[in-house]
Amino acid sequence: MNNMSDPIIIFDKVNKWYGNNFHVLRDIDLSVARGERIVICGPSGSGKSTLIRCINRLEEHQEGRLVVDGIELSDDIKATDAVRKEVGMVFQQFNLFPHLTVLDNLTLSPIWSGKIPKKEAEQNAMQQLERVKIAEQALKYPLQLSGGQQQRVAIARALCLKPKIMLFDEPTSALDPEMIKEVLDVMTELAAQGITMLCVTHEMGFAKAVADRVIFMDEGQIVEQATPQEFFSNPQSPRSRDFLSKILGH
Amino acid sequence: MSARIFEPILARPAPTRSAGPLGWLRSKLFSDWKTSLATLLVGTLLAYYLPQLMDWAVLRARWLSDANDCRAEGVGACWSVVAEKYRIILFGRYPFEEQWRPLVATLLMVSLLVASCIRACWRPALALAWLLVLASFFALMYGDLAGLSKVESDRWGGLPLTILLATLSIALAFPLALAVALGRRSGLPAIRSLCTLYVELVRGVPLISVLFMASFLFPLFMPPGLNIDVLVRVVAGITLFAAAYMAEVIRGGLQAIPRGQVEAAASLGLSYWQTQRLIVLPQALATVVPGLMNNFISIFKDTSLVTIVSLYELTGSLSLGLNSDADWRPYKIEGYFFIALIYFAFCYAMSRYSLWVEQQVNKGKAR
Repeated sequence: MNNMSDPIIIFDKVNKWYGNNFHVLRDIDLSVARGERIVICGPSGSGKSTLIRCINRLEEHQEGRLVVDGIELSDDIKATDAVRKEVGMVFQQFNLFPHLTVLDNLTLSPIWSGKIPKKEAEQNAMQQLERVKIAEQALKYPLQLSGGQQQRVAIARALCLKPKIMLFDEPTSALDPEMIKEVLDVMTELAAQGITMLCVTHEMGFAKAVADRVIFMDEGQIVEQATPQEFFSNPQSPRSRDFLSKILGH
Repeated sequence: MSARIFEPILARPAPTRSAGPLGWLRSKLFSDWKTSLATLLVGTLLAYYLPQLMDWAVLRARWLSDANDCRAEGVGACWSVVAEKYRIILFGRYPFEEQWRPLVATLLMVSLLVASCIRACWRPALALAWLLVLASFFALMYGDLAGLSKVESDRWGGLPLTILLATLSIALAFPLALAVALGRRSGLPAIRSLCTLYVELVRGVPLISVLFMASFLFPLFMPPGLNIDVLVRVVAGITLFAAAYMAEVIRGGLQAIPRGQVEAAASLGLSYWQTQRLIVLPQALATVVPGLMNNFISIFKDTSLVTIVSLYELTGSLSLGLNSDADWRPYKIEGYFFIALIYFAFCYAMSRYSLWVEQQVNKGKAR
């Protein structure tokens, strides 16, 4: 990427353990350029979700430095708060708030943590809902929507904070096959608008169409990173060749 | 198999089963030999006991007679005891000629409670109404101002005392229980152990002993001259006791909230307290409405235990009124029926209200 001189996310020898024995991230070095779109794949348990969850400090790393948009993540709560305002996240299980309407799901954080007037927050929320093509459902409750609609609401909710970075943690893995496309379409559109995206997914079609870079992880390490063309046509390590043969082979 | 052209079938309503009342009887009461046997057994019992109960409670009952009349041969229930003693049952030892004061105080308090249950009244003015009503309740009961004579709190009794104790204990125990429930899940070990210790200690003793300690032991540790009103000590005792149970009910609700909810809130930049207040507690409390109402109803009835420290609420003032009167003492059972009816009216209203609340909070789950 041309603007690599000013990366928006920097992992510098980041290590993390769950408990005493499970070394989930091992010496992660990674720089993400502004506007870069990255797809992270790898077998389950390889640490890919943990990696992106460290970026908004849903997980804490124990060693190394992690800098997001110039802010170093640490025990300092203020740093974490500042980073979370810059980073939106979409979860595998949607994690919408079932007791609030779709509109209230979207305006909650802008009103409470962004201190934006309710009127303005609602206007902005409706714009985001239109962006994910679901504005007509604004007054429904999340559980009254289909999985694909819920995930699109979740994307709109994350966008309401006007984040510079969007994290996607297997956003289509809990969806019925028929609904995957509507979510991927929204993500593709988003990617075209220049937001920095990190996406854990096994949707290889999406990776090919959208990603600037594919990162392959295994056992807590970044095994290989390359453009999608290179990665899919000519994977370097035996581990990634094996992985690709399994997920593309069926 | 030959290929057939797909033809969509239009949706149609489910078939209705209408076999008339006879069909209903058959399907509900006599569907097989076990059901029929149960129906016959229960039917026989009812046929045997219901007429006897009716005979005692209504046909041979005395309603407005004097005590001698009740003692006549063949007389059933003596409801006259209620007509004769309702003032002392409802208001205890409160001075007879001043009893309009507890009556007005009770009506005010009950109106406030009813208003607090109605959605249209949930506005900031309600908090003001609480302050005003509580203040006028105490002003009316205690007096010593505006020409009202002074009535010490140890003479308060009957229904006003029951309602006051229950209302204050519930209103104070609930926020305390919230804090303790959150505390037991805190990341700070000191707070967590303190809350656990409190819950385990309080749950380990009977309410009677808590009241006993609050009333008799506690004053021994106070500096001489400082005397906290017995009513305050008793409310504190019931509150501390009830909050321990309530905290565990609420904690059950907190455990049921998926981790993803908290993570989503964190990723949206909400603080710990915002997350608890806006995301976790609304959902947790919604799931434990039945359990909480269980607690509230228990507290309402447990107030009857304050008799042990010489406060005569509804149950206590019934005994007070009848034990000292040899003429009417034999009809205590009728008196108990009367206060049972009062307790039931309140508890049933609470339980119906909780059903309504459940419906309201589950709106988002309806398809």
